[in-house]
Amino acid sequence: MARTRFKSDRGLTARMGLVGFLLAALYLGFGAYLVYASNSIAVGAIIVVALAWGQWYFSDKMALAAMRARVVTPEQAPELHGMIDRLCALADMPKPRVAIADTDLPNAFATGRSPDHAVVCVTTGILRRLDAEELEGVLSHELAHVANRDVAVMTVASALGLLAGFITRWGLYFGGGNRDRGGAPAFIVIWLVSILVYAISFLLTRALSRYRELSADRCGAFLTGKPSALASALTKISGDMARIPSRDLRAAESMNAFFIAPAIRTASLGGLIDSHPPLEKRLEQLARVSAELGRPL
Amino acid sequence: MKFLDALMGRTKPVKANLDALFAIPQAALTLQAGGGFLPTGVGAVCYRANEGAAFATMQTDVQQLLDADGGPAVERSTDSYGFTWLVCRQEPDQVSELVTELHTVNRTLEDNGFGPSLLCSQVGFRSPDGRTLGLVYLYKRGTFYPFAPQPGERRDNALELQVRGLVAGDVPLESDLGRWLALWGAPGLG
Repeated sequence: MARTRFKSDRGLTARMGLVGFLLAALYLGFGAYLVYASNSIAVGAIIVVALAWGQWYFSDKMALAAMRARVVTPEQAPELHGMIDRLCALADMPKPRVAIADTDLPNAFATGRSPDHAVVCVTTGILRRLDAEELEGVLSHELAHVANRDVAVMTVASALGLLAGFITRWGLYFGGGNRDRGGAPAFIVIWLVSILVYAISFLLTRALSRYRELSADRCGAFLTGKPSALASALTKISGDMARIPSRDLRAAESMNAFFIAPAIRTASLGGLIDSHPPLEKRLEQLARVSAELGRPL
Repeated sequence: MKFLDALMGRTKPVKANLDALFAIPQAALTLQAGGGFLPTGVGAVCYRANEGAAFATMQTDVQQLLDADGGPAVERSTDSYGFTWLVCRQEPDQVSELVTELHTVNRTLEDNGFGPSLLCSQVGFRSPDGRTLGLVYLYKRGTFYPFAPQPGERRDNALELQVRGLVAGDVPLESDLGRWLALWGAPGLG
């Protein structure tokens, strides 16, 4: 077998596995509790899961519409297509559709329910700010998201969290009217449990999202063989991001999870609720990849 | 395992079959007999140069190794997409020697752990009426496809499909037409 430098990061894989396991355990417990506690909520669970499925299935169309992005042909954007063509041949993956969003916000995202239905979108802002090598680093990061099926993973991870959030917000209205079967106290317990589940699943999905980002950085850096180009792109984008006034960014909030760098700076509780890892951490990882590449085998 | 890999965010590199390159001389004979295409004696390997000393050292070493035989010197060029081409030249009738050189480049990159950075290898052909044709080996797929560039970044699709029919018995061909990557400005072509 041929030797390769393309190694997986055991520690990252282990942490990701642990978070995934905790989420699954949490959801199984919550699901079992709901079925035990109330039949009507089990029906609600089916509806919410169906909604999440729709969100996953139509993710590409919804994301493009939300960003007002248009899919471009190879004739309209030859350089961008040529770059993605080669990266896909290098990674041996089907070529995703390519879209451009006409906004000055420097960012890029990938979405779509499977690698065969994926879209990679860049903004005109990022095209203007980055040079070819940096743009390639960003594209390889997005292609890694596609190859890793991050949209599907994050949808599954957040689906039941959505249900818990739904019950937390609206549950009291539905539960309050249903006094025949033991009444409100039982429902208040469900409501409190939902709040707890929602909070924990929120923290866990955010942690999972950060690990997926680090994983995509790593895959992308190995693909192009130029971790420093991606690092320089991230520095440029993040610097620009922090300077842009936040009121211009509100429209972009729903897209935050799929951006290469978050468009909105949140006040962070020690980084626990961020969807992306801090810049220093990403740069540090890329520096490690760079050192690995430079070392003789 | 595929599901688990997706869950854990792992992407495994594909193993290539470099021996497939040695089928090129047979395909060259078929192209000459069936399509009138003669080898140009120019072949090239396209890869993504990695940053760092390990890659630079290996790249110099392989060039010195190939130049040691006293034939035409190996050339190195970088294209507009940031990919590196290592161009090998031989006499037009010495296709086997050319393929051996291409194989050496591929093997050296692979042995040094840079296999994932290999994009493709390409051997050039020309017809008496001046049309050029590249037989491209996709490293990651282990398959071949024809690439016939025309002036103005257009491809002669009819010729490419004709060649596909010709060499189908000699080399494994890429069945997914979406992977027939255009290589504008590839050395020795056009």
